[in-house]
Amino acid sequence: MSQMVFEERKDQFFETGTDKPFRISCDKQSLAGAVSQRACVFCGSRVVLYPIADALHLIHGPIGCATYTWDIRGALSSGPELHRYSFSTDLGETDVIFGGEAKLTRALDELIPLHQPKAAFVYSTCMVGLIGDDMEAVCKKATERHGIPVIPVMSEGFKGNKRAGYYAACEAMFRLVGTGDTEGIPPMSVNLLGDFNLAGEIWIIREYLERMGVSVVANITGDGRVADVRRAHGAALNLVQCSGSTMELAKMMKETYGTPFMRVSYLGADDMAQALYDVAEFFGDAQAMERAKEIVSEELGRIYPRLKRLRKDLEGKRAALYVGGAFKAFSLIKSFRLLGMKVVLAGSQTGTQEDYEELASICEPGTIIVDDANPLELMHCLIEKDVDVFVGGVKERPIAHKLGIGFCDHNHERKLALEGFVGMLNFAEEIHATVMSPVWRFTPRRTLPRLEEVAA
Amino acid sequence: MKSNLAEKRDYVSSTNACKACMPLGASIAFKGVEGCVPFLHGSQGCATYMRRYLISHFREPVDIASSALGEGEAVFGGGPNLKQGLVNVINKYQAKAVGIATTCLTETIGDNVPAIVKEFLDAAKVEGPGGKMPALIHASTPSYAATHAEGFHAAVDAIVRQLAHPVARHSGINLLPGFVSPADIRHLQEVAKGFGLKATLLPDYSRPLDAPAGTSYEILPGGGTPLADIAKMGGAAATLSFGWTPYSQAAGRDLQERCGVALHDLGLPIGLRQSDAMFEALAALAKREIPSRHADQRGRLLDAMVDGHKYLSGKRAVVYGEQDLVIGLASFLAEIGVQPVLCASGGRGAGFRENLERVTEGLVRETVHAEPGVDFYRIAELSRELKPDFLLGHSKGYLIARELGVPLVRVGFPIHDRFGGPRLHHLGYRGAQEMYDRIVNALLEQKQSESNVGYGYL
Ligand code: SF4
Ligand code: SF4
Repeated sequence: MSQMVFEERKDQFFETGTDKPFRISCDKQSLAGAVSQRACVFCGSRVVLYPIADALHLIHGPIGCATYTWDIRGALSSGPELHRYSFSTDLGETDVIFGGEAKLTRALDELIPLHQPKAAFVYSTCMVGLIGDDMEAVCKKATERHGIPVIPVMSEGFKGNKRAGYYAACEAMFRLVGTGDTEGIPPMSVNLLGDFNLAGEIWIIREYLERMGVSVVANITGDGRVADVRRAHGAALNLVQCSGSTMELAKMMKETYGTPFMRVSYLGADDMAQALYDVAEFFGDAQAMERAKEIVSEELGRIYPRLKRLRKDLEGKRAALYVGGAFKAFSLIKSFRLLGMKVVLAGSQTGTQEDYEELASICEPGTIIVDDANPLELMHCLIEKDVDVFVGGVKERPIAHKLGIGFCDHNHERKLALEGFVGMLNFAEEIHATVMSPVWRFTPRRTLPRLEEVAA
Repeated sequence: MKSNLAEKRDYVSSTNACKACMPLGASIAFKGVEGCVPFLHGSQGCATYMRRYLISHFREPVDIASSALGEGEAVFGGGPNLKQGLVNVINKYQAKAVGIATTCLTETIGDNVPAIVKEFLDAAKVEGPGGKMPALIHASTPSYAATHAEGFHAAVDAIVRQLAHPVARHSGINLLPGFVSPADIRHLQEVAKGFGLKATLLPDYSRPLDAPAGTSYEILPGGGTPLADIAKMGGAAATLSFGWTPYSQAAGRDLQERCGVALHDLGLPIGLRQSDAMFEALAALAKREIPSRHADQRGRLLDAMVDGHKYLSGKRAVVYGEQDLVIGLASFLAEIGVQPVLCASGGRGAGFRENLERVTEGLVRETVHAEPGVDFYRIAELSRELKPDFLLGHSKGYLIARELGVPLVRVGFPIHDRFGGPRLHHLGYRGAQEMYDRIVNALLEQKQSESNVGYGYL
């Protein structure tokens, strides 16, 4: 496998169980010419802000950046669905030469009255960064004209990777926080950060919390509303899921408003239960703790018989995962363990040094840990480890399928709820559906003698 | 007709674009060249987004490399990254060709790709397979200038200009099908073979983007137009080029002007008459009768058109997609008694309206309403007013179909919400037959599910 790693990327790989000291390098710019699975700053911002359903999301740039992000994710809304539109200033040749400020102004002036959003986010893309439009000024004037917050999101694609985009999104949201009335917010209250309500997941979590007597002030950002974000500083606690995306906002809120935050994961039965206990503990409320325990045993009781049956089939199968953030990887490893499966490869696009250290410590010896992989590397790892199922995003699916390996979509685009206890069961069903398919018996990988050398 | 439509609103912004960007089209075309890796000169995000978009349609691995420019390069020029990236791609992929497409970013900063490539070649120490430097093809594809359709053809034109030169005459022909499905390409290959013609089909992504299951992930999928064949295109007896818009005719023109290859410009062979035109042209080139299997196909198509005519007579359809495809579909719809009430495209290439009028002339009772350069917001507005019986186009019209409660018959690209998009046929009698059956069935299904009787015979 070593010869398949780009020389420059060698230190972004690590195999556990060897006696080498742990070292992996990450948060680097992607290597030129390697087919990175990574996206850009804009993508990061778009992912985070997108589910705010009553805001106008205007992409200032040429058309592609908007086309590729039109309604691609399953972030559901219980009300308005403005986020499902793809608005773009569709910059043309003349705008490149003369600047896009006039067009942006006119676009805002036609779209805001037409759609009556509660706020507008204006995303800058690579080209805008180059032609030097003063988005701040244009947005400020539009704010005055239309009486709603028009907020620039500084997400020029080339100014870093997805992480920088998360940051830009948090900065944009932070402008809203603190501008709403906090009257009537009960003391046991939280904001849900870093949950995007894919397939209605945030509703599952809200229901658990409500059963515990904890109220939710703002969803950030799944099924999100501008007004809720504006009063989010009135909540007693920020629950942060998805390590990369909204942590910055939590930090900013802590610094300015003193709102404490707590990292949680709603993926997998273990972490879901832990999250509920942690919340109850934070509020020091015996009744809430009591209810949390009830919820856990009730919900587990509901899924357990079926899980047990699935586990019987899955015992001993091998899984690989390549996900956006490393925090998700932890939960997945535990979930696989619950299914009796082994994780043999774990990687992420944007993990930090700390994340990878923790990942290495909870993985079994021999597990490959990788940062910002490309298809070539993934392929070699999958074959070398003789994997039964691969967990990743849409871009990884065809790699797995071509190799004759099962696949589970665990990305922002999934249309299946994987959070909470019911999500754990969905996940198990999904893994079962792919791993147990008879199709793998007929694919060349199993029917032909294994190639000694793979495309090397 | 036009006076009945919502007064033309000229939006400054775009809402739900009916187009993708140029480098995406270029990447597809480059995928159709033997051993070629598409390489986007720009920031990382564009390549990743396009890969995702393509993968959702083709359900195949689509590797697109990027020079992954960062802030520094955006200011000081991306030359060094481009060169470094080429070295990496060539080494790791053992590429026989690299198709370099620019992006908005590198066009805006004004990187001179031909010059950078030349510098690279002069200084190159990398060696490709067999000690040969891979062909480095470059196309200029800033999306602010046009759509993925233009990008596709810009790449085809670049391939021809840079790799095909005047050579000794031979009896083979060139076939430039335009942006069609992998299944269409395979069908065209069979058709040409049936005529005994040696055809160089460019681009041919029928295998790279629709590959069989394998034992490993082919880092460079087999297939694609052989480079040796491309080199001989300048000596062909003729070029058959499909497409009505100036940009889709560029590569054929170029072969004619530079290499003196006779050019037969046809539209996309969609429906009866345009397919007739293709088969007649092939028969003339091969100096042969149309093989009986195709004559039979035509006969069966006609037979079906008779059997099904009443289901379709007087129906109204909204059609959208790439300009060439829309013109071809409108031509077909007119033949089968369907009025195309709206023909829409994100593209703004010349001659859209004129060609639509020409291909529907004498067959439709209303003038066809042509809308180039539109987005789906506008298509939705018009559709609400025009009340079509069905929509014909790619997946992105789904929300309109859902809102209006009418079927969407999916054709073209992208098909993100159904299975088997790359295996759909559009071209020739075979394609017409398939589309005909699907359209009739969509309408029957609609009728059946709306009926409170639930007839079992229709
Ligand atoms: S429109 Fe331009 S900048 Fe946007 S994705 Fe396409 S090439 Fe990249
Ligand atoms: S142009 Fe920039 S912002 Fe747009 S997709 Fe490409 S990298 Fe991202």
